[in-house]
Amino acid sequence: MGDGQVSERFPQIAPVGLDGLLVRFGDRLDEPANRAALAFRAAVERAGWDGIEETSTSLVSTFLRFDPLWLSPDDLTVQLRHLLAAEDWYARPLPEGRRRLTIPTCYDPALAPQLDEAAEAAGMDRAQAIESLSGTQLRVTTIGFAPGQPYLGTLPPAWDIPRQTALTPRVPEGALVVAIRQLVLFSVSTPTGWRHVGQTAAPLFRPDSATPFLLRPGDEVHFPAISRDAFDRLRRDPAGGVTQEALA
Amino acid sequence: MSRALVVHQAGPGVSVQDLGRTGYLSEGLSRGGAADVLALHEGAALLRQTVGAALEMAGFGGRFELTAPTRIALTGAPMKAMADGRALAWQASHLLDAGSVLEIGGVTAGSYGYLTLGGGLATPPRLGGQGAHLAAGLGRVLQAGDTLPLGHDAGTATGDLLDVADRWAGGTLRVLPSLQTDLFPADQRARFETATFTRDTRANRMGVRLRPPGAGFGLAAGQSILSEVIVPGDIQIPGDGAPYVLLAESQTTGGYPRIGTVIPADLPRIAQAPAGAALRFAFVTRDTGLAAERAFRAHVAGLARHIRPLVRDPAQIPDLLGYTLISGAVTGKEET
Repeated sequence: MGDGQVSERFPQIAPVGLDGLLVRFGDRLDEPANRAALAFRAAVERAGWDGIEETSTSLVSTFLRFDPLWLSPDDLTVQLRHLLAAEDWYARPLPEGRRRLTIPTCYDPALAPQLDEAAEAAGMDRAQAIESLSGTQLRVTTIGFAPGQPYLGTLPPAWDIPRQTALTPRVPEGALVVAIRQLVLFSVSTPTGWRHVGQTAAPLFRPDSATPFLLRPGDEVHFPAISRDAFDRLRRDPAGGVTQEALA
Repeated sequence: MSRALVVHQAGPGVSVQDLGRTGYLSEGLSRGGAADVLALHEGAALLRQTVGAALEMAGFGGRFELTAPTRIALTGAPMKAMADGRALAWQASHLLDAGSVLEIGGVTAGSYGYLTLGGGLATPPRLGGQGAHLAAGLGRVLQAGDTLPLGHDAGTATGDLLDVADRWAGGTLRVLPSLQTDLFPADQRARFETATFTRDTRANRMGVRLRPPGAGFGLAAGQSILSEVIVPGDIQIPGDGAPYVLLAESQTTGGYPRIGTVIPADLPRIAQAPAGAALRFAFVTRDTGLAAERAFRAHVAGLARHIRPLVRDPAQIPDLLGYTLISGAVTGKEET
């Protein structure tokens, strides 16, 4: 669809159950809509409206949960429309406080059982696939599904490969998986339709730490290749070999 | 020894649960908490205390010992319960002696039973909640040898029964349209409301799978949707066409289309429906949903009105002579 259509149909406000509203900035993943969703959530949090209980974002939408017996969804919709009209949310910058993280990744087929299959779907051999996955700087577009679990974009067009129709029964915690030009790093062991192409020791969710969640939307991440031996040593590192620096 | 509940044996799905954690949706951590929050409120009402953390028992209880005299309430799905050889009524409160062994067996109806302790469970909070979020690996199910501290109990009420409406056998769930309801063909939406579904054996704290009576459901081929927020009660339609109702411990976002959302007031009913139970869906308007929410909260706030003394079998009362059998009369002990 053309951009003109997007601006006509979006942003769009839709009810979610009895106590939620979703503000959608698009119907496909694109960078301006992702930035808009993040910036709009931050603005709603700053506004501090009575009756709002929780907010979150997914790829291109902002969610608000409220007490429906305290705040009428119609009144809240009016408030949201005013805030939406206040500025061009698609032109807003990425969140502040972003970091650049390096997450060492083992692409050894013993730990990345679907690397060859995914490489073939992307029209590459194994070495090319590793070079592409480990050499691309990615950005966290959203955290969701499981605690601290990032969705990262965007890989080169060759990686626009579909999810598999059958689910892999279980990939381990720390698995790096690929589909539709995105990577997901799993924070818990789970079944998935995405292909398992790398393994990390990144501690994405540490509930008893002062910083329980490693990643935030807007963070830049890359996944450099390390050997199987190096990876086995990292398993004993509570930080999983992850390093980070602030982005200016 | 301080007041505690000692686990001697536990069924496979016994965990500490409270009203859940909010504020972590943006971090990918769903609310969690009791599968049947009404049962938590009922336990607290029976003990005249505020809602805290209790034991949730999926399908089967276990064997527990109390280190000090302790008031307990048994709510949610009825289960067989005995203390020191004496049968205990469900939907009721009891006083157990120090050293009492409480044995809770399988459900006789429904899915999730709850054991609330006087003073509540005093396990330390993690991320602002005491409940185990099993899908997130935050906490775990209980096992033999676990000892759970109990909070100070300022209450004394015990020996009461709560009148509870049956929510243990499925029934009709009221649903609101969801984010993708309009994407489903009209004939599918109509069939969704007329079909009688069967609760599958596959169910846990994350969600409940339902088997359709005939053909499954799904969007037209080739239609895919972007991953968006999930709320408890969402009815997603995965690739196999069988509706899956998401509960408190579900994932926070998902890319399967959702045909509707069960209203919060009816979540206890879907969580409690046992395998094989018949379930139906009825779309309601937002106003009907709000009225149901108002009624649900009023019911929770007024639970104390449905409490009455447990009628006891005199043969079960060990110190019968210590009781005032008729108000205003002297006790038997003084007559002798």
